[in-house]
Amino acid sequence: MLSKRIIPCLDVRAGKLTKGIKFQENVDIGDPVEAARAYYEQGADEIVFYDITASAEGRAIMIDVVRRVAETIFIPFSVGGGIRTVEDMRQVILAGAEKVSVNTEAVRNPAIIAEGARAFGSQCIVLGMDVKRNPNDSKTPSGYEMVIHGGRTPTGIDALGWAKEAESLGAGEICLNSIDADGTQNGYEIDLTRLISSQVKIPVIASGGAGKAEHLLDVLTRGQADAALIASMVHFRTYTISEIKTFLQDHGVKTRMHW
Amino acid sequence: MIGIIDYRAGNLTSVVRALEFLSEPCMITQDPRVLNDASHIIFPGVGAAGAAMANLSESGLDLHLKKWVREGKPVLGICLGTQVIFDHSEEDDTPCLGIVPGCVRRFPADLEAEGRKLKIPHMGWNRVEFRQGHPVFAGIPEAAEFYFVHAYYPSPADEGWTAGRTDYGIRFCAAVAKDNLVAVQFHPEKSGRPGLALLANFCRWGGKDAQ
Repeated sequence: MLSKRIIPCLDVRAGKLTKGIKFQENVDIGDPVEAARAYYEQGADEIVFYDITASAEGRAIMIDVVRRVAETIFIPFSVGGGIRTVEDMRQVILAGAEKVSVNTEAVRNPAIIAEGARAFGSQCIVLGMDVKRNPNDSKTPSGYEMVIHGGRTPTGIDALGWAKEAESLGAGEICLNSIDADGTQNGYEIDLTRLISSQVKIPVIASGGAGKAEHLLDVLTRGQADAALIASMVHFRTYTISEIKTFLQDHGVKTRMHW
Repeated sequence: MIGIIDYRAGNLTSVVRALEFLSEPCMITQDPRVLNDASHIIFPGVGAAGAAMANLSESGLDLHLKKWVREGKPVLGICLGTQVIFDHSEEDDTPCLGIVPGCVRRFPADLEAEGRKLKIPHMGWNRVEFRQGHPVFAGIPEAAEFYFVHAYYPSPADEGWTAGRTDYGIRFCAAVAKDNLVAVQFHPEKSGRPGLALLANFCRWGGKDAQ
């Protein structure tokens, strides 16, 4: 059977690895290429890079990071942040990324999902969703609202409706980030993850809130996620990826244990 | 030199990077003359069968590939490359190369495991139970997993050509071996060390199935 994937997320600013809390207070914590290599050695199943600069100069640095990563690690990785056009996607893919993720731009211009899927295949296109709880609002019947610009701008768009629309446009996967849980290390937003994952046919990566191995166990079982994104808990060396995988395996969640 | 067939079927650079990492001289090209001189051929591919077949016949690479297989050159198919070597694909009802008798089927929509509906595409890491004794799969640990991303799977006409099986609600053929041809549904170039080991085995392989 398919293994549940454990995916470290590397936020990159001007070529440096960084980690913020609720999208603020970013501190530089190292070289993304070295970190990716270390996570590959520890058994990461995939790696996600988010370019949080996304200025023209920042983009060129990011493409160079992608190229260097592709030369040394042989597992899939995706790149997101500031992807606005099919041409942006092409640059990242040609530099060696397996997948690109679109977030704010996809909300503003949903056609980019279909264009990207046509150009590179659905398996290349990850829909990044930043979601905030918004119960008791008729615009968001699922109780969850899409937010953009790194969580700062509410859109009035229902998260579940958007996930289904993006799937029908050709998104191959969803990376579902809870803004309420992000950076808290208090656990993933389980209800949100289960809601989206059970209503779409494409895989869902849970994101936001991981602090303990138990949190991954919870979201990969009760939350019905296909994969779990992690950041602080490995960046700050509270856990190694292999420790997390051993814990999950011991609790009946199948993970890839040989690499 | 390892020749990698470029027929505009997705991004094939990751195959090149993996071979470079293994220090295997390789060339990615659509030029049949260059590929003709290669000792081994890799036939990768990502995307849709219809577009891939159109590109292959337009460039004439379909006939060259058939010739290389016939002549006994070691050939490795990967993902979509593996699918189009069969007679037919259910993806948009596409006639394919017919190098290996058989067809390519879509995963049934209602696959289940442990009481939960399985998602399509089959995306992520899974085990492959390889047939013992084939040089290209030699030394791969039983617990090794490989990276898959596909909604269709190969179904060879002769069971004997199935060289590896994977379980995803059904047990499907994840690796094919027939004479000098080996074809895998997963991506060895994205499957960490076990995938690199498989590629290294292929580059050293003379094209004879030990069985």
